Amino acid sequence: MSTVDTSQNLTPSAAAKLRRTAWYRTERYTRLWAMIALGLLLALVTGEQGNTRDIFYSITHTLTGVNLWVCLGATVGVWALREFAATPIKGAVSAARGSAAAAAGGPVGSLRARFQADKRLRLGAYAVLLVLVLVVPSGLERSWQTVLVDQIAIFALLAIGLNVVIGWAGLLDLGFFAFFAVGAYSTAFWTGRLPVEPPVVLNNFWVIPVAVLTCLVCGVLLGAPTLRLRGDYLAIVTLGFHEIIYLVAKNADGITGGPQGARLIPDFSIDFAGIEYTWSIKPLPYWYLLVFFIVLVIILFSRLEHSRVGRAWTAIREDEIAAAANGVNTVQFKLMAFAIGASTSGVAGVIFTSKYGYINPEVFPLLQSILILAYVIFGGMGSIPGVLIGTAILVWLPEALKDWVDPSDRYMYLGALLVVMMIYRPQGVWPSRRRQRELKLAEEGSGDADATSEPAGGKN
Amino acid sequence: MSLQEFWDYLVLGVMLGSLYAVIAIGYTLVYGVLQLINFAHSEVFMLGAYGSLIVLQLVSPGDNPSVMASIGFVALAMAGSALFGGVTAYGLEKVAYRPLRRRGAPRLIFLITAIGASFFLYNLAGKLFGRDPLPLPEMYENREIFSLFGAGVNITQLLQFATAVVMMVLLDLVVNRTKLGMGIRAVAQDAEVAGLMGVNIDKVVSRTFIIGGVLGGVAGFLFANLNQVSYTMGFIPGITAFAAAVVGGIGNIRGAMFGGVLIGIVETMTVPLLGDEWRSVSAMVVLILVLMFRPMGILGERVGRAA
Repeated sequence: MSTVDTSQNLTPSAAAKLRRTAWYRTERYTRLWAMIALGLLLALVTGEQGNTRDIFYSITHTLTGVNLWVCLGATVGVWALREFAATPIKGAVSAARGSAAAAAGGPVGSLRARFQADKRLRLGAYAVLLVLVLVVPSGLERSWQTVLVDQIAIFALLAIGLNVVIGWAGLLDLGFFAFFAVGAYSTAFWTGRLPVEPPVVLNNFWVIPVAVLTCLVCGVLLGAPTLRLRGDYLAIVTLGFHEIIYLVAKNADGITGGPQGARLIPDFSIDFAGIEYTWSIKPLPYWYLLVFFIVLVIILFSRLEHSRVGRAWTAIREDEIAAAANGVNTVQFKLMAFAIGASTSGVAGVIFTSKYGYINPEVFPLLQSILILAYVIFGGMGSIPGVLIGTAILVWLPEALKDWVDPSDRYMYLGALLVVMMIYRPQGVWPSRRRQRELKLAEEGSGDADATSEPAGGKN
Repeated sequence: MSLQEFWDYLVLGVMLGSLYAVIAIGYTLVYGVLQLINFAHSEVFMLGAYGSLIVLQLVSPGDNPSVMASIGFVALAMAGSALFGGVTAYGLEKVAYRPLRRRGAPRLIFLITAIGASFFLYNLAGKLFGRDPLPLPEMYENREIFSLFGAGVNITQLLQFATAVVMMVLLDLVVNRTKLGMGIRAVAQDAEVAGLMGVNIDKVVSRTFIIGGVLGGVAGFLFANLNQVSYTMGFIPGITAFAAAVVGGIGNIRGAMFGGVLIGIVETMTVPLLGDEWRSVSAMVVLILVLMFRPMGILGERVGRAA
């Protein structure tokens, strides 16, 4: 045997030397390097705008400017505080939190319990909220009213629909915005603004049920061939579906009007029982209309969530095979989720188109499909208040940032926010309780938190 | 379509397809080890193109460089793109995905993180380097060098095709013949068991990202050499390449190569048959048709089993 016994000629001090990590590889200093890298990145992110005449302009300016030192100072300062002054700060924070909890925790907790117990109280709170939602926007500036109507409310409707597909049934749909396009183009068609003539020209209000129906059918059409697919495969197919809809809208000039799209789409109008009213370009009337539909959809969907259908969706999301084994008709319920989810985009499409007055394919880029998914996840998928809050925050943020940063940088911050959020609070701003539990279980390694956890065709 | 046109477009399609194949490998490798659609891979591709642009602007090839100088410039540009691609992919894994992996987050969370990272990266590139498209500086005098079935092939196309093929062969060797490759396959097959068998999962995942990033970066350079560099250039090729990876069977490296070439040919053939504007539609239609009849892609999934 020629095995060398190393322990013989390895003195304890030499062994200790081998075990020792160099100082710059210890945890404390790896964190420092990470903070320095973060500072550099921060400096680049907040630095000057580059230009194509000299692509090094922005980088050289950042690396020689004051901004770099400010950012580095901030991040290294945070590191130093955390490493060397952690104990006193933590003590102070926990003391403050303790006293705050003592002051507020009790009442808040009992308030919550009372809310859950008392139905009248809950309804009262909803009523107050509704009144606030109806009254507050009239005090806002015109530009914010427009944001509220054209973006937040429309996207909220869409997000509620997508929430059914992804939050409840767990089907990863990356092409949801395509249904919105379907709704919008149905409006243009039924009001007679496309190159093809409709059989009858309808009032916008009558277009809504028709558009909803069209979206339902489209949902089934998309769902049917993709039902065998799961998770990521479904994601790419729905993405492809969006791309197809977009390119058809853009290229089928004879049917969809091509790149010009449709113009002069009439506004909503009522001429019924002596009441005559036309929604013009003012945002507020549209806001009331949208709030009406959002509230309607929320009521309908939250009834659905706790019905047999909703429970079937949950079962499919958590374990499709187990659901099927227990007698859930998975095909039917998955199709239903696609169709019902798509239907809200019909409503949203009609209202958006009527408000805007014109549409073209560029209103429906693929990016929007992805963004809207981000809204749902950010807010907390599966929970309607979460979805509403997520949409409101993520739509509002780029608009609010407009005054602070260069407008073209807005989506950079949005992206960074998404990453940070997913790392530190993956369940979203306002998660549903069931979802929170699923995530926790998944992290402990028991159970899956979404239908995407298994490859298509099952594990084989 | 005349026969000559058919050959012309077929040659073009194979060339484009080889590029898609290289990008698709990046998706498939990451999917293999992490079961994650790395949406940000298209940004790796884009930053790779910027890497070559930066290197070329630094060395600034003058007019009419000699043959040796041309080769040198191309090599430098390629190295720059590989470096940028690799570093971006490595950083992405380290910053965005590793914390999630540690926690065992569900895959949807990974997907959203990837989308967020993609948004961040491409807008950051737009901010740093300006938002107008830029051509790469001329590294050599482009001319037709030979013809294949009557279809002319110029230097750019040959460079693109040859580089793609060489990279794919190298990658196949790495995955099938080296220890790292064995690690990749082991993690793809069953990460937990691979960990128990002494595979350093973090290291393997990180290196997988680097390999995918280098491939994506160089593909970015090749693409930019044909078109232009811009901060939004990654999105469409990225999605198409991902579709190609799925068509071939995601997680399967040879499947990605096959799918890439197939999608490339289909896309190019659409141009004479239906018109340029229907290109992406044809790719997506092929994707949906394939998945309807073979939900796991043509060659089936998984790095561990099929490669």
